[in-house]
This record gives sequence, structure tokens and C-alpha cells, in this order.
Amino acid sequence: MVAGRSRPAGNYGLNVHRPIADQTDRGGLRPGTTSIRPAPEGPPPPPRKRSFDWRAAFVPGLISSASIIIVFGGLYWLITSAEQWPRIKAQFFNLDHMIAAAPRVAQGFLTNLQVWLIALACIGVWALVLAVLRSLRGPVFAPLRLLVVLYIDIFRGLPALLLVILFGFGIPALNIPGLPNSGLFWGGVAMVLSYSAYVAEIYRSGIDAVHEGQRAAARSLGLSEWQTLIYAILPQALRNVLPALMNIVVALQKDVALLSVIGVRDAVREAQIYTATTFNYSALVVAALLFLLATVPMARLADWVNRRDRARRLQMAD
Amino acid sequence: MSDITIRGLTKYFGDRLVLDRVDLDVDKHEVVCLIGASGSGKSTLLRCINRLVEPDHGQITLGGLSITDPRFGRTGLQQRVGIVFQSYNLFPHLSVLENLTLAPLKVQKMARPQAKARAHEVLSLFSMERFTAAYPEQLSGGQQQRVAIARALMTQPDVLLLDEVTAALDPELVGEVLKIIHDLKQRGLTMVIVTHEMGFARDVADRVCFLSEGRIVEEDAPARLFSAPQHPATQTFLSRLIASGRV
Repeated sequence: MVAGRSRPAGNYGLNVHRPIADQTDRGGLRPGTTSIRPAPEGPPPPPRKRSFDWRAAFVPGLISSASIIIVFGGLYWLITSAEQWPRIKAQFFNLDHMIAAAPRVAQGFLTNLQVWLIALACIGVWALVLAVLRSLRGPVFAPLRLLVVLYIDIFRGLPALLLVILFGFGIPALNIPGLPNSGLFWGGVAMVLSYSAYVAEIYRSGIDAVHEGQRAAARSLGLSEWQTLIYAILPQALRNVLPALMNIVVALQKDVALLSVIGVRDAVREAQIYTATTFNYSALVVAALLFLLATVPMARLADWVNRRDRARRLQMAD
Repeated sequence: MSDITIRGLTKYFGDRLVLDRVDLDVDKHEVVCLIGASGSGKSTLLRCINRLVEPDHGQITLGGLSITDPRFGRTGLQQRVGIVFQSYNLFPHLSVLENLTLAPLKVQKMARPQAKARAHEVLSLFSMERFTAAYPEQLSGGQQQRVAIARALMTQPDVLLLDEVTAALDPELVGEVLKIIHDLKQRGLTMVIVTHEMGFARDVADRVCFLSEGRIVEEDAPARLFSAPQHPATQTFLSRLIASGRV
């Protein structure tokens, strides 16, 4: 505890142990007199440490596991006893088909992961550039600010799917020499452009949330506008928006599947191809499981980052 | 020769006149307190001296150099003038040591060992050397304000500006900060102080300036200004404070 904030020891003047003799005067203080209360004999003892309580430790756990088993068991029974269940199972959860499709779907999923990681890096940097340009002060930067605002309005206002199709089919069709011709590349570009608009706004909210006094302090120490941004504002801004950014990371992981519409052989595309030849949808369920396998741990990681951030804010020194 | 000379300083915020042709001289080693009701322009005047606020008209010279001259580099100015704010404004993501060494390292391009040594030296003046590794949020308000003052002193400024540095502190923590300001006065630092602590102003100031509606309407030695104010605005202000038990 910090010295200045520690609470005073003792019983806060509530004279619990006031000697009996002192309490004889039930009339209270006569006006005009002062009372110097005698020192109490000592504070009351601390509460007794509880011995380990087996019941308190296990009963809630037992009740919750029992109720979970009952609810989910009930659901399982309800679903599997439905008349249509065998057909559903054959169509979506056919183990043979799942195993047969798994290698190619997994292969496609590797593409998803690659696009996801590369796009993340590009979005992180490009969105930061946008946010910084937008937060620059001074009339000289007005055209830059306007450009960024336009950019964000346009790319946030358009469906990502439309952008993916526009870039992924449109630009390769131009056949411009010197530019890459792959749909995967341009589809990825579309994702980066679209997501950056959102992330730039997240960054900007983080920058705006940094108190104005921080800028004043940095400037009065002689830091340039640029140094103020790098050393004082951005570190705090990024910390402010980390939880929101983690959400974007998870969302992007799934949205990479949009590239399947322009023929990129990602997990969804591979599963579709398999489905088209076998008329069985189990391959898509395999892809679904792979996505969950990747996003659920990410979501837990996001929670953990959040919690750690809160703990850090509440942390007190010794 | 006076250290700070202010002539005809005028500042508008939009259409509102905040500073109206202010003249002020501060001598070397002098401590000047600015008092007045909120909105009277005290803080703006202070912030003009280190150009956090750019005045619209008027000149400020510092040790004979005109700082209102746009050709005068900001960095040179910040090295000569330190400022401490009411809300400390320490960088929360940096430790105490990093808070202190940031400007010397990045602006003055001091070598890291020297900057660290200087930081320890300044902190030990304020008996804060135990807290070099702590982060601002781990410190009490009074400790944070002491670090903020230490940070402002890192570049050995000629002038220290203090903007209501005790206003955000719990009453029992005010004393430790005021004591430091006393110490700094003993060391001969030139200071301009905006304060609501009249007792402290009377105690530490060589001269007290009373501002009203953007003008310095009265300035005098504290003993005289507090006991026999001449200007009606000063009289009203002080009698109100006395009535509310603040003096």
C-alpha cells in the first residue's frame, strides 16, 4: 500500500471496548464540556480464519455439473430422437465423408491462416498510418485529413464482399503489366482496405481518449509534435484499444473465407468443391470445426488480454 | 535585469478576451504568485510564458531573448522554462524514471547514464528516489506531483511555472508539495505560481499579482496586498475568500 493512502489502523473511533465506567454517564456530553476518551484497551480481534469447508468447496460444483449434464443430455436426447435425425446426421455429420474431405479442407485452411496473418500485419500498419494522419493538427494537413475521412467513409460504407469481388475479379481482368494478377492477392488487398477503415477508427478513438493534458505535458517538455505522438500518445492509445483490436483479429479470421467467392481455394472453397461432387455437406462441417478451433482460443486470448489489462489498471504498488 | 518581461500581452479565445494588455516583470530568483477568480486569465498567462498558448499580441522576453519571436525555437524555450500542471500529467505508461528521462534523452539528446544520474539526483532532492521503478498510478497524488515537479526540473530550467499544483490534492497531501516549492525558492529558482492557496501565496511569494478580467489590476508585496488591498476588485475577492474561510 502507498503510505498516503493507507487506512488508519485501529477501530475508527468506534469505542467498542469503552470501559463500563465510562458509559455510566448516559446523558451524553453536557454542552460546553469536551470529552477526552480514554484509550481503548485494544482493537477487537481479527475474524477467525475459517477451516476448509468441504461442503462449500464441492457442493456448488456438483450442482452445476449435474445441471449441465441434465440440460445437455436432454438436448442430445431431444435432437437424436427426432424423426429426421438420421437424415441430418448422414447429410452433415457423415464420418466417412468428413475423414475423406479433411485433408483438402485442412490444406485450404492453411491458406486462410496465411492470408489472415499477412492481412493482420498490413491492416495494423495501414490503419495506424490512417489514424495518425487523421489526428495530425494544423491547417497544412487539412487535405490529408480530408482524404482519410473520405477513405474511411467509402471503405467502411461498402460491403467487404463487394470489395473482394471488385478487386479480386476486376483488377486481374485489367491485365495491367507489372501488377500481380492473382485473385488471392487482390482479394487480400480488398480485405486490408476494408478492415483498415474500421481499425483506423478504433485507433483514432484510442488517440482521442488520451487526455489533452498528456499532449500539453509532452509539448511543454520540448517534444516535437511527432515525438509527442510516438512516445506519449500512441502507447497509451494502443493500450486503450487493445481489447477492441482483439475482436477485429477474431472477426478477420472468419472473414478471410469471403475470398472463396473469387475462387481462392481456402477451406470453405475446398469444402464446397467436395460437396459439389458428393452432395454431402459434411465437408463444410469440417471447415466449420476448423474455424471454431482457431477462433475460440483467440476469443479466450482476447478475454485474457482484457482481464490482464483491467488488473494492471487496478494494480497497486507495495 | 529582470528574467521575464511581458509587455502588452493579449489573448482571445474566439471572441472572448482572456488576457488584456498584460504587463509583468519577474526578476531573477523572484517568486511571483498570480491570484484571482477562475476565468481571470491566470493559467492562460502562465501558459503563454512557455508558449503552450500562443498570444495574439504582445511580447515576452526571457533573459533578454524574445520568445514571442516565431524564429525562436520551441526546444530552446522548453529547456529554459519548466511547467507543472494541476493534474500532474505524468505519462501513465512510463515508470517514474522514464517519465523523467524521456525529454533529456529525446530532446536534449543526453546520454542515458547521465540522464539516469540526473534523474536520481533530482528525485533524491524530493526524497522520491525509492520510486524510480514505480508507475504513476501506484503513487499518491502528492507523490505524483513531486515527480511532476522533478520532471520539470530535469533540464535545469531558469524559470518554473506552477499551475495550481495543489488544487487536485487531498488536503493532507498539500503540505509535502508546498514544502518542495519552499525548498526550490531557497535554491533561488525563479517561479511564477498560479494558486488558490492564499496562505501559501502570502508565505512564499515575493510579489502577488491579482488578476481580474484578463488584467493585472493590483500587484504588491503579499503582506500589503493581503492586509490592505487598494483595488475594489481585490477587496471584493479577498473579502469573499475570508467570508468562506479560505484565508
